[in-house]
Order: sequence, then structure tokens, then C-alpha cells
Amino acid sequence: MSEHTESKDRSQLRQKRMIADHFERLSRAKEEGKKVVYTFVPGNLTELIGAFDMLPVLPEINALQSGMRKKSAGYIAEAEKSGHSEDVCTYVKCDIGMLRSGNIGPTGTKLPEPDLLLLSYTGCFTFMKWFELLKQEYKCPVVMLHVPYQPDGVITDEMRSYVVEQLRTEVIPAMERVTGTRVDVDKLAAHLSLSKQAEDDLVAVWESARHRPSPIDGYFGGVYYVGPIFSSFRGSHDAVMYYRELREEVEARVARKEGPMAPDGPVKEKYRLVVEGPPNWTNFNEFWQMFSREGAVVVSSTYTRVGGLYDQGFRHDPSHPLDTLADYCLGCYTNLGLPSRVDLLAKYIREYEADGFLVNSVKSCNSFSVGQLLMLRKLEEKTGVPGGFIESDLVDPRYFGKANIENRVQSYLQMLEARKARGTSADAVVSP
Amino acid sequence: MKCVVGIDLGSTTTKAVLLDEQGGILGRGITNSRSNYEVASAVAWTEAVTSARFDLLERAMPSTSGSWAKPMKDAFRLELFIDELAELRATILRNLERSLTVHGDRKALATTVGEVLDRVRRKAEPLFVGGAPRRSEFFRDIAGALYVAEAEEISRAGGAPFEQLAALYDRAILEVETRAQRRDVGGLLRRALDRVLPADRAENATARAAAAQAIATAAAQTIEEIAVVGTGYGRQTLPFARESVRSEILCHGRGAHRVFPGTRTVLDIGGQDTKAIQVDDHGVVTSFQMNDRCAAGCGRYLGYIADELNLGLHELGPLALQATKSVKVCSTCTVFAGAELRERLALGQKREDILAGLHRAIMLRAMSLLARSGGVQNEFTFTGGVCNNGMAVKVLRELVNENYDPTTTLNIHPDSIYMGALGAALFGLDDARAGRLAPMPPFLRAVASEVSA
Amino acid sequence: MTDPAAPIFERARALVDDYTLGAVKAWKAAHPGALAVGHMPVYTPRPLIEATGSLPVAVFGGGDSLDIIRGDSYFQSYICHIPRSTVELGLGGHLDALDGMVFPSICDVIRNLGGMWKMLFPQKYVAYLDLPQNFDKDVGGRFYTSELRRIARELAGRGARTLDADALLGAIARENERRVTLEQLDAVRRAEPWRLRATEAYVAVRAGSVMPAEEHTRLLREILAAVKLRTARPVDNVRVVLVGSFCEQPPFELIRALEKAGCDIVEDDFQLGMRMIDGPIEPCAGEDPVEALSRAFLERGRASASRYIDRNEKGADLVARVHACAADGVIFAAASFCDPALLDQPMLEAALERAGIPHTSFKFAENTGQFQVIREQAGAFSDAVKLWGPAGAPVAAQEASV
Repeated sequence: MSEHTESKDRSQLRQKRMIADHFERLSRAKEEGKKVVYTFVPGNLTELIGAFDMLPVLPEINALQSGMRKKSAGYIAEAEKSGHSEDVCTYVKCDIGMLRSGNIGPTGTKLPEPDLLLLSYTGCFTFMKWFELLKQEYKCPVVMLHVPYQPDGVITDEMRSYVVEQLRTEVIPAMERVTGTRVDVDKLAAHLSLSKQAEDDLVAVWESARHRPSPIDGYFGGVYYVGPIFSSFRGSHDAVMYYRELREEVEARVARKEGPMAPDGPVKEKYRLVVEGPPNWTNFNEFWQMFSREGAVVVSSTYTRVGGLYDQGFRHDPSHPLDTLADYCLGCYTNLGLPSRVDLLAKYIREYEADGFLVNSVKSCNSFSVGQLLMLRKLEEKTGVPGGFIESDLVDPRYFGKANIENRVQSYLQMLEARKARGTSADAVVSP
Repeated sequence: MKCVVGIDLGSTTTKAVLLDEQGGILGRGITNSRSNYEVASAVAWTEAVTSARFDLLERAMPSTSGSWAKPMKDAFRLELFIDELAELRATILRNLERSLTVHGDRKALATTVGEVLDRVRRKAEPLFVGGAPRRSEFFRDIAGALYVAEAEEISRAGGAPFEQLAALYDRAILEVETRAQRRDVGGLLRRALDRVLPADRAENATARAAAAQAIATAAAQTIEEIAVVGTGYGRQTLPFARESVRSEILCHGRGAHRVFPGTRTVLDIGGQDTKAIQVDDHGVVTSFQMNDRCAAGCGRYLGYIADELNLGLHELGPLALQATKSVKVCSTCTVFAGAELRERLALGQKREDILAGLHRAIMLRAMSLLARSGGVQNEFTFTGGVCNNGMAVKVLRELVNENYDPTTTLNIHPDSIYMGALGAALFGLDDARAGRLAPMPPFLRAVASEVSA
Repeated sequence: MTDPAAPIFERARALVDDYTLGAVKAWKAAHPGALAVGHMPVYTPRPLIEATGSLPVAVFGGGDSLDIIRGDSYFQSYICHIPRSTVELGLGGHLDALDGMVFPSICDVIRNLGGMWKMLFPQKYVAYLDLPQNFDKDVGGRFYTSELRRIARELAGRGARTLDADALLGAIARENERRVTLEQLDAVRRAEPWRLRATEAYVAVRAGSVMPAEEHTRLLREILAAVKLRTARPVDNVRVVLVGSFCEQPPFELIRALEKAGCDIVEDDFQLGMRMIDGPIEPCAGEDPVEALSRAFLERGRASASRYIDRNEKGADLVARVHACAADGVIFAAASFCDPALLDQPMLEAALERAGIPHTSFKFAENTGQFQVIREQAGAFSDAVKLWGPAGAPVAAQEASV
């Protein structure tokens, strides 16, 4: 994604190059006759897009990049000026604002206009509105893939066949029309097979956090790790190489008993946390440092599962291309009902031996946020591990109240500390 | 004597508490934060040391001194007030002399100010030693209220214009408040002693001798701060050592638990935020929730309402208590509060009934935060500025009765404003006992050496 | 002369105001063993539930009459109000008469509320109804019918009658009758708005939340008959279409404030679910009537913010409605923090501007207590439309929020 202090690592350099190359390809797309697809991260159909040699643009990634580059406030203001309410999702407004401001991408080049809006929305209703809005801006076809929700954490045959049928009757024909080529199933299977390889390595990276100290931060560091596999690179040789290198680097850190790197240096593990909810992007490093400076390492997180629950066993399966795409779309984290989300978090807390779990509740994302306060209570009941709760936003800096957030984070970590030291406190021996 | 210090840098006031090594409260001080936390913490801390000196004296006094210990304390406060008033007078006169904006007869104006301040001094006396109710411990509040009253009267009688007198006060009080004072505690004590047990009466001789002995003993004690802990809204801005900073949530929980050891739930409504805290039987926080970035339903909201109605903050509660019914108010948003208030007044609804509804709206929000943090457990302690508001307390009691066990004990302490600093000091004591000594930060040490001389 | 409709509206209003669901309790007492099944906005096919011998109960939150404590404790400040009051109702025991709740797909808030309901009320039946966004009967239709059959099956597992074709055909016929009567009601409101105020039409529809279709139809017919006897005189108001209140409902006083400000609301999306299907549900001979339910939604489901508009231009439906009921303008009234309505609004506004239809907008919460700003805004809007006609009215008045 963006600059990372751990820049000496080979994997990091590779990711940087991959991103630069991708935007370079996008900038030449029109002259080279490549077709451009705008689509979303959760449940993305990258292998299928790759099978048609189309190039994906992911508005959410652009929005979060705008947040990190401190451009989002201006973009959001632009969108609000044009009639969007302050109340609604800031990813959408950031994207609309960017579009109105010339559609300059994160690497400084103008993004090509879409040839197809692939509205595959998994786990977030707002995606549908988002592309309805983009549809007003571009004269290009839109294809909708409605991925049903898993209220009970089970993928039924009806759900799967609903998605497969839409792929067959809507999505693939639309791609065929746009590119003028027939779908190449072998090519799709080849991409799926590469996806699987990268996924195996990513899971090994996640599970390395079981070590003490954990060699990775599975949230702040994790968002970099998911970059390639959540975005345009899954199913590519580059991604396979990236995850192989990353895994080797992480395993080397385990052998050396090293903790993760944070923006201000290595973290000395004092607290092991599980985090629910997306991070804030406008003050990402500042936010991370509130944890790293206190020795808080995130051993597992759910945000890094919005693009697939690989650690729960899912792998892309080249032998059943459409079924596997359907299962992938259906299985993303925010597509799970709340009880399933609680179960998964409890599992992470147990398996990664967390001292606590923290919810970062973001204003923009109702899909994540609604019910988190109940999840918090249920998780405390289930695990006996204390939960913390902070509030911010994805890319609207107006919702990043530094003093308030810092107060909550520190209070929470000090609470964990105080609970450990219980019984040795001064007032136990003093009569009031 | 070794002691630990807790300093709570709140958004409106800064508090300091000194504990001895056994955890006994030795002294405390408070001042307005103003925005300059560095000065505020030095002032609060200096005050705490002054009051600690007095506490040491009390401890040194023979047990037979019971009959004059309380008057002695009051007299000490009065003498302190008189000193501060003298400081205020000096400041006003100095400002007046240097002022470029005051035209006309400066000398006459100086005389008038002197007359106002003389009257203030006379009126203040019964507030301290006469047992008359005092609304505040703050010099600014006591002196300010008296000054305004006297200045108004004098200006009505043809003295200098009120605005001119008020402006002089406003400017000087800021300077006085934010100046850390070196207090001659020995001198104060002697003056207090003369006031309580006049030297010219033979029957006082024995008691005076005992007191003098006690004063000598107390004066011989050195106060040595072995650990200091900072907390509160402004803690990040101060150059405290990293390990000497504690979250105000932990401190409030612990302070409240120390004062009311049965406490399991704490509600703190301050100027900027509202906190709902659950603590265990050791005062350790087990869960907490606080308001988000918006200050809806916090003390500040009542401030807006008071401004809107042209009332003092302390008048809201008593007025609301006169309500015959509670108007339903939905918005605890500070932005909309004014509009809603005006609309309701325009509809002919009574001011006190609307205020009753506003108080209910605030407390409903607090109840939600409490529910979010785990509910209300027995005992329930209410702290922060808003706990001095009688209507807020009444509504809270009703809501607890409606939603939780009606036999729940609701604790409110007149000194609840010190809970955070007390909790911080207790953490300092933990640190000291664990051998983690944290010296006073340099910016405080400068003041420290002066005061304990 | 006394108003012949007054006692009927009073009765209806009492049903609407009773958030403790007295009518549902009475129905259950009269139908021992039968289930009452709540459903949230925007749309649940009520005939399906009726066909299992159960009473569908539309739940619209707690309005402005509840103190919200526990409800607020579960929702951050940036979430709309309806889930707060609904949770407050549930935890306060006011929804105990309901044996289950259906949460149709409308937005992420209501969707997640369904998951919360499962955790908060583990003994109750909770279903998420995923309404299809693919409108091909062999794709979205197939999925949707499987959803409907699943819900019927699960209700049967809880003691409801097993779904059979005849029962469903009967329920559909009763629903169609209600639909026709609702249209008659709307026709009166459009032709003679002074005869039937929007607030009254609102209460008339909303009262149906807690009764079977047949009983609702009877009530609506009573109302129709009574309002025709009214001797009200025409008032010179502007005719407006109100959009955005399809889920969280504004307080009555807000609707009344708009009327007092000189607006006749001749069309709206209040309680949209009751009027989601344009026209009757038409089963074909020999067909499983579940298919008919599905087809009605796929082919004649009304455009709303929670439905993907694939073929038509966004806002075309709204423009057509404005013309069809000869309205002078549009009022957008969205609940604060309602993502679907508020994200839809700029697109709908653009469509209105292209069509030269004036509009204004504000936000509300179900427990909004101040109407002064809205009254003034609506008054200015209606005056402008009256004075200058649609062409001269301020096309986009400033947005107010309460």
C-alpha cells in the first residue's frame, strides 16, 4: 500500500514495485486498448478479471490512499459541497470528491475511466449506492453481482447457485461484451491456482502470530500484508513471490525471536491484542504508535479478513472455478452474521492467547460498526478477556479525535496492566 | 516526610493531592486550568503543599486541642485569603499604574479600588470564620462574587464606572491565579493562631504554648516528594516522564473507590466528557465507556444552556428543581440545544420545566453510557462538576431506581472534584512502594524548592 | 357538524400509539397457538406469513414516546434512531408478544440488527430475508423463492401451519383487496387532499401493522366511507411528494408541521412495505403461488433506495410519480444517518432538476422534538411554489437538519 518503515525487507520493496507497475499499466490502458474495471475489495473477482486481461481499479483503495496522503478532507468537502450529506460513508464521498478533482490516483497519474463497473458487493450495502453514483458519472455498463448475506454463518446451496448463476448469466457475459473475447476457463483456473499458492503463504504469516513474541502486527502491519491479495494482484506470479518472501522474512523473525516493526522502530511485546474493525487512515501512523509505544501488538484482526477468510480454511479451487468464486464472495468477513463474527473473534482471542481485544468502531462503516457494542459484551462473557472500545473514521479526519482516542487506548492498556497487578495496589492496605 | 503527588489536569480545573507514605491524604490544591497546564499544575501543587503543611500541624497538635483545631483551620484559610487578596490589590494597582488605556484620575480610581477591596476583606471574614455558607473554595469565586457586589454598590453611589472596576479585576485575577505563590506558611499559622487564641488573654497561654510546639514540630518536617503521577485531559501536553502518566479513567475509578470503598460503578460528568467506569473490589477498572468526540450531554452542554438563559451554571439545578413537570427534550447536542430551548420558550413552556427536561436528557445519555459499560452496580458513585447540580442528582436517582436495583447506594462527595488527583496519587504510591521513584518533573521542581523552604 | 371520521381515526391512532402491541396480544388470545411475527422495514411479503396462520406485525421502532437508555447503549452516535428504539422496545419486553422477527435486507444497520436480535433474544425466531437485487426470475427469482420457502418452513418448525398453495392463494387475494383499498385511499388524498390529510392517511395505513389484511381492509373501507361524508372545503396548498422516510418514520407532529406549512402530501414512501408492489399480486394457474409473490417483487417492486435500479435511469420513477399525481414539488425527508436515503438523494435531486421539479430537503429522527425550522422551510418552499410556480421555486433549498 503506501510507505512502510520496514522498507529494507525484500517483500516490501516488491510490493512497492507491484503497485507502481499496476498504476503505470493503468495509465497506459487506454492507449494499449486494455479494458478497465472498477470494482470493490470484499469478494472481488480478480482472477476472472485477470482471465479477461482487464485491469482493476479499486475505489476503496484509492479512498484509503487519499486518507493516508491527507487528501481526503478536501475530497470529502468537495462531495459535501455537491450535495452529499455529512452523515454518509466517507469512502464514497472521498471517491466522488477525487473524481470531481480530476481523478488523480495515488501515484499522481490520472486514473483511466472505467469500461465496466463491476458492482460485486459483499457484506456492505453502501457499495450498491456507491456504484449507482458512479454510474451517473460514467457512460459505461454496470454489472451487478448480488452476493447474499450469511446470517447464520453457513453457505447454502441456494446462495452458492444464486451467485454462480449471476456469474454465468450476468457478469461473464458483460465482461465478454466489454472485451470482445470469450471467457477462457483454463486461464481462469491458472489464476485460481496461483491464488491458492499465495493464500497458503499468507495463512502461515497470520499464524506466525501464535509465537511469543509475535513476529508480526496482524492489524497495523497486517493491512500491508493483505495489500496484494486483497487487491489487483491475487492470482498473479508477483503475488506468489511476494507472499513467499514475506513468509520467509516472518519465519526468520520468529527464529530470531523478534517482534514486529512499527513506524518508530521494533515493538517490544507487552500486550497481545485482537482488533475488530477497520483502521483509521488519515492518522494511520499516529494511531499505530498509540499501540506500538505501549508495547501493544495486534496478534489477529478481522479487518484483514474482509478480503477472505483464508485462515479458516478457504482456498480458491481451480477445479471448480465458478463455485470457488462464489464461495469466496460469500465468505468474506463482513458478510458473516454477528453471531459468527463473535465466534470468530473468540476463536482468535483463544488461539492467539490475547490479553485483550479492542474494537475500533468507524463512523463510515455500518456493516462493521452496527452491533459492535453488543459483540463486545458477548465476547467478554465468552472469553473473560476485557474488551476496549474506540471510535474514529476511515478517511474523515473530523472524526479522528486524537485526545479522545489516545485517552481510551491508554486507559484500556493501563486497565489490562492494572488487572494483572490486582491485589498489590496501595489502597488494599489503607483504610480510607 | 515522604509523600507522593497526584496531579489531575482537567479541562477546566487542575487539582493536586499529596499522600503520605501510608496513603493518608496530606494536602490538596485546586486552580483553574486556563489553558496553561504548566502553571496550573504548579499552582495546584503549591496549594496542596500549603494545605499539607497545615495538615502536618493538625497531626502535631495534642489531642486536647480539639476545641480550637477547627477554628484554627478556618482562620488559616482566611489568612490565606487575605494574603491572596493583598496580592490581587497589588496587581490591580500595578496594572493601573502601567495602564495606557485608563484615562482621567488614576489616583481616584486607585482609591476606589482600594475601598472595594477593603469591603471585600470585611465581608469575607464571616464566610470563613463565621460559619456562613461558602459556595466555593476558589479564591476567584469568593473574591469575584464579593468584588462585583461591592463594585456595583460603589459605582451606583457615584464612584468609578462599574465596567472600569470590573475590567481591572478581570485582568488582575488572571495574573494572580496563574502565578505560583510562595506561601509563608509559618507566618500564616502564627496569624491564624493570634486570631483564634489572642495572645493578650491569659487563659490562652497553655493552649498557645501547645500550639507553638505543634507549629514548631510541623515546621521541622520536610516534605519530600518521592513519586508524582499526572493524569487528566492535559497530561499529554506536560513534560511528565512517560511512566508517570496514568489514564484519568483509571485514576477516577480508583479515587472514587478510595473515598467510597464499596464503589463498583462510577459516573463522572465533567466539562468535556462523560465517563462510565466499573471497578472491582480493589478499585481496579474492569470496564469503561466514554462519550465520543461530540460533547453532547456533558457539563459543557449545561454551560451553553446557562448562557442561553443568561443564568449562572450553579443556578440551573435549583431552578430545574422547581419544575412541576418535565418537558420532553430530545437533543443533547450543544449545537441544537439553544434552538430547541428557544422554540420551547416561544411555545410558552415554563423555563423550569424545560430545564427539568434538559437535565433528564443529559442523564438519559449518561444512563446509556453506564449501560454500555456494564450497568449500575451497588455502590454507585457520581463524580465530576455536574454532581454538584441537585437536579442532575435527583434525575439520576430516579433513573437508577427505574432501571436498576432501587436500593443501590448513590454516593456523592463534596470533594469529588479531587477523585482523579487522588487516584493518580494512589498510583504514585504503588510506584513508590514498588521502588519506582519518580522525581518531580523539572518544571515543578523549580516551584517545589521554593515552597518547601 | 362533527367529523364522521374522527372516532375511526381515534381508534386507528390508538393502535398506532400502542407500542406494547395490545392488539397483537388480543389476536393471539383469539388464535391460541398461532404465531405473531414482527418484520422491520422495508418490505416483507405479509401474505406469506398470513398463509402460515401467523400474524405479520410491522415494527417501525418506538417513535418519539420512549426514553431510550438500553437502546442507545448499543449504538454509536452516528447510527440512525430506529434500531435504538427497536432494541429498547425489545429489551423492555414490549415486543414479547412477537414469536419471531424478520429483518429484510434494506441496509447494513437493519441487517446487523437481525444478528443482534439473535444474540439478545436467543429464544425467539429470527430471520434475515435477503431480497434479491437480481431481477431475473430464474436467477434472483429462484433465490428469492427459496428464501420465502425457507422462512415458511422455519415458521412451521416453530408451530405455524405448514405452507400450502391454497392458504397462500387466499392470503394473496386478501392482500390484493387491501392493496386496492389502499389505492382508493390514495386516490382520495390526491383528488381531494382536504378530505383526507396526509397524517390521517398515515395513521390509516400504519394501523394495519398489527392486524391481518382482511381486518385492515375493513378499517380502510370504514375510513373511506367516513371521509366521503366530510364537508371540508378545498384549501389552496401546494402538492408535494415526500421521499426518504421508507424506514425510520418521522413523528406525526412533523408530518402535521408540513401540512400546517401549506403542503399537501399527495404521495410518500412512508411505510413503503405496505405499498411495495405496484398493483396486485397475480398468481398464474397451476403455479406455486410463492412464485407469484416473487414475480410481483421482481417485476413490480417499487423503486426505492434499497433496491438496485438496473435498467431505468435513477430518479425516473420519482419524476413519473410527481407527474402522475400532479405534484408541484418534492420534499426529501430522510432520517439522519440513513445511508440509503441520503446517498440516493443527490441522484434523485439531479433527476428532478433535469425535469424542472422544485424540491427541498431536511433530515429528521423519529424522536425529533423541534419542528420550527422545518415548518419555516416548508412554508417558504410552498410559498415559493405558489407564487412563482414550479419554474420559479428555489430548486434546491438549503438542507435543514433537526
